[in-house]
Amino acid sequence: MTRFFQAFFAATLAALAFGPGGAEAHPHVFVVVKSEIVHDADGKVTGIRHAWTFDDMFSTYATQGLESKQKGVFTREELAPLAEVNVTSMKEFDFFTQGKLNGQKIEFGDPKDYWLDYTNQELTLHFTLPLKAPVTVKDLNLDIYDPVYFVSFELADKEPVKLVAAPAGCNLTFAKPNDKSAQTKNLGESFFNNMDPKNPFGTQFANKISVKCQ
Amino acid sequence: MTPSQRREPFWRAFLAAAALLVVAAAICDAALAQSAPFGVPRPQAPAAPPADGIVGWLLAKQAEFYRALSGAIRAAKADGTAVWGLFTLSFLYGIFHAAGPGHGKAVISSYVVANQETWRRGVILSFASAFLQALVAVALVGVAAVLLGATARVMSDVVRYIEIVSYSLITLLGARLLWVKGRAAIATFWQLQEQHTQFQHAHAHAHAHHHDHGHHHAHDHDHAHDHVHDEHCGHSHGPEPKDLAGPGGWKRGLTAIVAVGLRPCSGAILVLVFALAQGIFWAGVASTFIMGLGTAITVAAIATIAVGAQGFARKLASSQPGSGTLAMRAIEVGAALFVMLFGLALLTGYMVNERMFPA
Repeated sequence: MTRFFQAFFAATLAALAFGPGGAEAHPHVFVVVKSEIVHDADGKVTGIRHAWTFDDMFSTYATQGLESKQKGVFTREELAPLAEVNVTSMKEFDFFTQGKLNGQKIEFGDPKDYWLDYTNQELTLHFTLPLKAPVTVKDLNLDIYDPVYFVSFELADKEPVKLVAAPAGCNLTFAKPNDKSAQTKNLGESFFNNMDPKNPFGTQFANKISVKCQ
Repeated sequence: MTPSQRREPFWRAFLAAAALLVVAAAICDAALAQSAPFGVPRPQAPAAPPADGIVGWLLAKQAEFYRALSGAIRAAKADGTAVWGLFTLSFLYGIFHAAGPGHGKAVISSYVVANQETWRRGVILSFASAFLQALVAVALVGVAAVLLGATARVMSDVVRYIEIVSYSLITLLGARLLWVKGRAAIATFWQLQEQHTQFQHAHAHAHAHHHDHGHHHAHDHDHAHDHVHDEHCGHSHGPEPKDLAGPGGWKRGLTAIVAVGLRPCSGAILVLVFALAQGIFWAGVASTFIMGLGTAITVAAIATIAVGAQGFARKLASSQPGSGTLAMRAIEVGAALFVMLFGLALLTGYMVNERMFPA
């Protein structure tokens, strides 16, 4: 039996060495998120307007080799091709924005009004994810995250989420990943049911936005 | 020998083999659980790995070190002596990063197990592949960004091509191992059958022994025909030191080194481009190689543990010549299969090793 325990010990060591680590990625890109939930004149939600600011290292990488009139300064026009690539290729990742509107999974249309801005060596990607058709909100839940956590998304410290032209009686709550503050508790049960069971890993790094209207 | 005496060691060896295979399955699962990218749903959703404890700490540390790298490069630009801070950080990042995602440790360790390599070879493979990985990153950014002024998009495309070659090589490496080890396992199985029918028949024994070496390593058979079978099976199937020193031994290892080391680390590419933009490309180059050194240390440690675990299993297997050998063969086949499946998973995008934000 001693031999068995030796083997067991060896196997456990090996499992410890390999096992858990393999599942863990770490982010190489860091994004500070600001989002606006946009409504039309009838108070129906039309889409999400994102402004994502990338960290300096990624911003430098992304602008590497891009031509600009003035060294180290990129205009909106000079960055237009990059913005185009960003939004078109993000479709593959569902724009890192998952959501449920009145209990239904949200299908976004192609992004519009997109551009990149370069300030203090950081890129900010502005784009709007339109709903297929405007909807009156009773209950809206959004998760912003990367399922494989290669990109770290985090809501900005100041006013990360805004309701634009929302009707009266709408209540906005939001939480950063792993935010165990009082605000998270107020989000309620339905909020956490919003998690996608197919992507269990990244969901723990999701930023959560919730709107409830009477 | 009574039947019960014969059976007991077999079960020990079997348990050892089973334990190793479970470990292999765990690596596989952990690696596959990493993602469900590109909208490809994972058949069974695994439980979310907890982000606390040792794993959470590892994760937090590598993210922290990585995050600090850009600040360290800026500091090195302003003050030359701060470059030592960057190097320390790069080293720590390398160590922690290799403990996280990436195919290096899984492929190297499985390769070492499948081939019953020595720990020394495992260590050399780890260092060589990490060095190659750093070299590829420096060459890529050096040629593409410094010389050609290529955009990030071009570099990402090049990485994509390198990725396909690297993952194909891993798949082929696994397939070849599976072919060699699978045949050896089948030969062992038949040898056992034969041995069973003609038990204690000296001639049949020697004959069977010959079959047992149906794989490609050259062996010296002179000593073997009249010895005690128990001793023989315990250690003769791995390459002898003299085999490893031969040209064939290194050529075999080279495939593994290239397959694993070809794909540059995304983090290294970002660091290199950032250092280039700050006008201190050389610091980025040094940082990349130091990262590689850290990575090599972790991968080598894991490969050594794998070799150690296998050594235990081999010891157990040696107590029962026939079925014990078969159990060792099963481990080899399992490891070979794992390398192949791992390569396929990477190749088909079912598993994402590393990627870039679409830029």
